[in-house]
Amino acid sequence: MEIKNAVAGTLESGDIQVMIAPSESKGLHIDLESSVAFQFGEQIKKVITETLTGLGIEDAQVKASDKGALDCTIRARVTAAAVRATGKDVWK
Amino acid sequence: MSTLVERKDLIAAAAAQMGKQVYKGAEDAKNPLPRKELHQDGGKVTTLEDAIKQTGLKDGMTISFHHHFRGGDKVVNMVVAKLAEMGFKNLHLAASSLSDVHEPLIEHIKNGVVTKISTSGLRGKLANEISHGLMEEPVTFRSHGGRGSAIATGDMHIDVAFLGASSCDPMGNACGYSRSENAKSICGSLGYALPDAQYADKVVILTDDLVAYPNTPNSISERNVDHVVVVDSVGDSSKISSGAIRDTKNPRDILLAKQAAKVIINSGYFKEGFSIQTGSGGASLAAVKYIRQSMIDQSIKASFALGGITAHMVKMHEEGLIERLIDVQSFDKVAAESLKCDPMHKEVSANEYASADEPGSATHCLDMVILSALEVDVNFNVNVLVGSDGIIRGAIGGHPDTAADSALSIIVCPLLRGRIPCVVDEVTTLITPGSTVDVVVTEYGIAVNPSRPDLKERLVKAGLPIVEIASLRDKAQSIIGHPAALPFGDKVVGVVMNRDGSVMDVIKNIKG
Repeated sequence: MEIKNAVAGTLESGDIQVMIAPSESKGLHIDLESSVAFQFGEQIKKVITETLTGLGIEDAQVKASDKGALDCTIRARVTAAAVRATGKDVWK
Repeated sequence: MSTLVERKDLIAAAAAQMGKQVYKGAEDAKNPLPRKELHQDGGKVTTLEDAIKQTGLKDGMTISFHHHFRGGDKVVNMVVAKLAEMGFKNLHLAASSLSDVHEPLIEHIKNGVVTKISTSGLRGKLANEISHGLMEEPVTFRSHGGRGSAIATGDMHIDVAFLGASSCDPMGNACGYSRSENAKSICGSLGYALPDAQYADKVVILTDDLVAYPNTPNSISERNVDHVVVVDSVGDSSKISSGAIRDTKNPRDILLAKQAAKVIINSGYFKEGFSIQTGSGGASLAAVKYIRQSMIDQSIKASFALGGITAHMVKMHEEGLIERLIDVQSFDKVAAESLKCDPMHKEVSANEYASADEPGSATHCLDMVILSALEVDVNFNVNVLVGSDGIIRGAIGGHPDTAADSALSIIVCPLLRGRIPCVVDEVTTLITPGSTVDVVVTEYGIAVNPSRPDLKERLVKAGLPIVEIASLRDKAQSIIGHPAALPFGDKVVGVVMNRDGSVMDVIKNIKG
């Protein structure tokens, strides 16, 4: 799936900012910065990966700045960024 | 008639019997100078370097500081930089607390100038580095009352105290405020500096306003002071806190505050002459606002408010709702000014505030205290020092002292901070034992310690949402999932002392 640069979310406490960009190599490359990296880093990456593959995005650069967002928030921000990156509305 | 000459033999006999000399007359002629000129420097006013030399400070000794200027403190960095320049090594730095502003200590630790630290708290980069194992020797953490006790009993002996003061006369009478027109700074109470002034072998006052003798009413007495050093600035008062009353706008804090106020009002302790202390958190400050209206409605007055005194407390005192203020630390400028001007606003030392072994310390007479927490566990233990990421990020303060001595201790904390749970299985570090904690107020319900069935009954009767503390932990876990274990190493970077002088917990280094 063709994607362009897109972003969703803020850097406020309890939120996550997700930036998606095209990748030159195969697979999802997730660069995560998180205020709760020790306790939840792996879980956050898992939610990002599941959400993107669920939307059919297999290859992308993802930069995520997390400020303690809950899983539901992470899914919402990743989905919004993906919709903006692909131009494909998944909510209709 | 009996004359001096005739009594000469009798005087000599009396002296011999007492093992004393016979008076030989004054050695020096009387100095005719006006005393203001004669005592311009009191023999004590000197430079920092000279003062350090004259104290006899040696490598390996203990130096102490207070933290009344909080984030605006300039004394610790100034003195330690001078000690480094003079070539001192292996010093034990015993501060009442340390914060972000003390980041330059990292270099002094790396260079071996400071090799041991005792404090109530650590924050910022210094805390982060120490958490990662910067120091060979672990940091000793004590509560404010525990530090006062340790100094008084000799458990922690101070060789030289370097104490910042907003005014001082040439003899060493010092205050946390100044009445002169040249006043440069104000911090209010010097409560945490008073044990140091009383028990340290040598005391150096650093001041940015040298005033004429007598600087009364004084906080530190000249009889405890060896040297006085005039500096440009001892601290930036604006960084203690802003002058105005800060009302939290955070709806969750307001909800927590309202619930805490309901607990107080229905606790059985809300009656004429009660006493109260609040922590500095948004919710506990706001709780006072909500009990204020009930005090007016039911014509109930408090006998005293204790602790870190805030503008909130000063306002209620001036309204006649709180008779007296007992102040170990002024949390803002309004409180500092009130301490200076109002005789009913009393300064106390850390020992008189919260020492476990002083029967008359104020915490022993405290009915209720509202405190915050980083974490509470299912056994009501509280952590206020180490973050849920394993990094030191707070201060013990008077938390365990007030919780232990008060009739009713209330912890106010949200269930979650972002994705960090505040009600957990076991606290990261034990600071305040659960046996001293009575009530935990969260936005998802109020838990009462099973050791207080009396209290629980009253709160249930009042219709408050009482829940089991384990259900709060479960609720938190259901929202955030299970956190991974923290990557602790094997090195002990901190030792937490109980206020009775025993060791309660240790803090391990964090990796990564």
